[in-house]
Amino acid sequence: MNKDVTFALSSAGVGESVARGQLDRGGVAMNNKPATFTLDGKTIPFSAGQTLIQAAMAAGVYIPHLCYNPEFKPHGSCKLCTVKADGRHTSSCTHQAQDGMVVESDTKEINDERRALLQMLFVEGNHFCPSCEKSGNCQLQATAYEIGMMSPHFDHFFPDRPLDASHPDYLLDFNRCILCSLCVRASRDVDGKNVFALSGRGIKSHLIVNAKSGRLADTGFSGEDKAAHVCPVGVILKKRVGFAVPIGSRSFDEQPISATPHPGPAAATLPPHPQGACPVGPRSNAATLPPHPTVKDV
Amino acid sequence: MGVESPARQKKRFSRFATIESLLMASPTDTHAEYLDPILSRHQHNANDLLQILIAAQDHYGYIHSDAIDHLSEQLKLPRSKIEGVSGFYSFLHLQANGEYRVLFSDNITDRMLGNMDLMQSMCSQLWVEPGKVSEDGLLSINTTSCTGLCDQGPALLVNNIAINRLTRERVNAIAELIRERVPVSAWPAMFFAIEDNIRRKDILLDSHLKPGSALAALLQRGTHETLHEIRTSALRGRGGAGFSTGLKWEFCRDAPGEQHYVVCNADEGEPGTFKDRVLLNGYADMVFEGMTLCARIVGASKGFLYLRGEYRYLLEHLQAVLQHRRQQKLLGSNILGHADFNFDIEIHLGAGAYICGEESALIESLEGKRGTPRNRPPFPVTHGYLNQPTVVNNVETFASASLIALHGGAWYAAIGTDTSHGTKILSVSGDCERPGLYEYPFGVTVAQVLADCGAQDTQAVQVSGASGVCIAADEFERHIAFDDIPTAGAFMVFDQSRDMFEVARNFVHFFAHESCGFCTPCRVGTSLLSNMMDKLAEGHGSPYDFAEIEKLNALLQSTSHCGLGHSACNPVLDTIAKFRPAYDKRLAQKDFVPAFDLDHALSQARQMTGRDDTGAHLERSHE
Repeated sequence: MNKDVTFALSSAGVGESVARGQLDRGGVAMNNKPATFTLDGKTIPFSAGQTLIQAAMAAGVYIPHLCYNPEFKPHGSCKLCTVKADGRHTSSCTHQAQDGMVVESDTKEINDERRALLQMLFVEGNHFCPSCEKSGNCQLQATAYEIGMMSPHFDHFFPDRPLDASHPDYLLDFNRCILCSLCVRASRDVDGKNVFALSGRGIKSHLIVNAKSGRLADTGFSGEDKAAHVCPVGVILKKRVGFAVPIGSRSFDEQPISATPHPGPAAATLPPHPQGACPVGPRSNAATLPPHPTVKDV
Repeated sequence: MGVESPARQKKRFSRFATIESLLMASPTDTHAEYLDPILSRHQHNANDLLQILIAAQDHYGYIHSDAIDHLSEQLKLPRSKIEGVSGFYSFLHLQANGEYRVLFSDNITDRMLGNMDLMQSMCSQLWVEPGKVSEDGLLSINTTSCTGLCDQGPALLVNNIAINRLTRERVNAIAELIRERVPVSAWPAMFFAIEDNIRRKDILLDSHLKPGSALAALLQRGTHETLHEIRTSALRGRGGAGFSTGLKWEFCRDAPGEQHYVVCNADEGEPGTFKDRVLLNGYADMVFEGMTLCARIVGASKGFLYLRGEYRYLLEHLQAVLQHRRQQKLLGSNILGHADFNFDIEIHLGAGAYICGEESALIESLEGKRGTPRNRPPFPVTHGYLNQPTVVNNVETFASASLIALHGGAWYAAIGTDTSHGTKILSVSGDCERPGLYEYPFGVTVAQVLADCGAQDTQAVQVSGASGVCIAADEFERHIAFDDIPTAGAFMVFDQSRDMFEVARNFVHFFAHESCGFCTPCRVGTSLLSNMMDKLAEGHGSPYDFAEIEKLNALLQSTSHCGLGHSACNPVLDTIAKFRPAYDKRLAQKDFVPAFDLDHALSQARQMTGRDDTGAHLERSHE
């Protein structure tokens, strides 16, 4: 690609970032006060090297996200955590905090964008929440509630994605994959197994497993793996426990994702968040996302 | 019924025999036989995975599943990684894809020259559907993104080698050669005679630079002083982004690292651009010399030329130029007798991925990975190839740097305008009498270029390719310059007979095909956009769809990971703004029409039941 005008913006950033490095805005301010930035008007302290989302989470402020997981190196692909830092859109999971930065997150403009991104993820795969055993523990679903997504809006792609039920203990339902690559990172960086990888390109991108047969059963995958426990949606599912916790009593049925300290499957085992810290009341209807309408919302 | 001639029968059987042998050939040791030499050539270096896969594919025309086992074992890479990389690049295949793989270039300029009819004709002659492999496994025919032969299209690639100026006769001849199983190497040479078509020369194309002269000037003037000349020249990157070349080299020189690298971006994928093709064919010494200058300045001992897969036919020539430069002591160790001047260049091939023209994706690809753009900062000048300081510049930028080293910065800065110095090479194609390369000092007007290339009755010009801008007639007095119309070089001309909606639709399909798929907005958004344009093309559009396109554009611009997503909506927005009638005539409906076409959905049922009467159609059944 020969970069066009828009690339000029990012290229111009070279000088800017070098200049910033010299000013040392990251971590400690010149006058030795703890460095801070403002997030929607609230002052957020941060330590050197922290990204915006890390500092925000440490301060108990929720920024919607899907491909980010505090335990893994962020890579910024889902773009749900997009914020405006000093007036420019950026992924808060990869953008390093800088002293004096002004960050906007919970605004109508940004939430509208996040809603459209969520809708894209919903129409890209095959997400049927009412029949999904991850319902109530699913970050995609919970984030859609959080952002007030009432319909998929865009036309569905209805991709043809087969299931892989070959493994004795785990099931892969690729229909729900949002390509966050958390399982890829977990298997590679924590388990050292490289069970998962992304293949294809563009809208044909898809998850593959490390076996000649293409079947999970023929990989080194095990239920003990970190990769078995990081999927934010319902792709990697343990067999025979799907409805052990009934719908209605699951993590995000109890409280919205914004009030859940570390969203994800682990959240179910965490002690409930103290009452009062929860900005939005519990949802009794969380298990049923609005049905996919047959007529587009205009 | 005629009796099959023995010769024909033999041919038929020999075709079957080949498929069988393809299917049978699988024991791993068979693969070791051809893979091991490739692996040793690359010192079993996993960073060269893409290069290894490209070479490995030559054996069967695809990467055999057993070959992956061997590569996985030898390179100590998981199979999933090798499959993931293979799956990313359009020119790599994990399934048999025919002994002859024909790809018709599908830029809008190819379309304007009738590529679709020619493809259809070849398909029917060879009994194959586009995008599928023929039943006997002999061939496949498909489309591919712009192959950079817009000045001599329509074009195609056969087994990755370019053929230009397709006519019905040429297509018939190719079909016959394939049917007769004539190896591509034995096809008539005239098919592969790619022309330079240089129409206007200025300082660069008319320079006749003697190999080594710019390096000698550098050594005489001094490294620091030469960088100063580059700064003085105000040379800016010619790939389109226009970052100061001198500043980039200085940042890289000053960045700490064990190694510094110089990379020449010859992944010329922007539709309608072909200047690098000509520079590499006729001016390769100037380009390599510019890279060597840069290496001396930033302190690099290794460089790469990343050559797009579509230009693979240039590889031998470029290797020969490199070899000649080594013999002349202009490359390798002790360059021009200086013991501390060591630099060599390796050529890496791309494999059909436009996104690898983005510098950080290019570096990922150089490292043998999927070509996904990196998060920036850090930028390549500090963290590039193998996380070391790396300069990535365009082919034309390096060639210009050679000129500057020879003639000085002030000389160069005096050419062009106050803000854009030097010259720019334009790749002119489309509706004009003399398509080809035109080099102008910056500041030339669009109208001047149109007059020079013999364009008449011009409706629009798409400057800088699909991601650039569409210029209408009332803007033809605008200038080619960084502060007016910046460009990477593409200049596609459309006369009044052209449908600007179809131009935009072609570009939108291109972006959807080339999106890397890493970030949500670009991966899904470009496909949504492509579907919306198809909906308009089918006559189901309404003003609602315009609003949707504008919303999508805003989202892609603000949230995409890189420039591909940022610019994917440009062609549509430009043409809606400037050529509204082309859209209006497709708006059969004033109100919203769903994208789901129920009558079309019944077509399969109609086909199965053999019905096509009124009752079998949705709309007509209500009449």
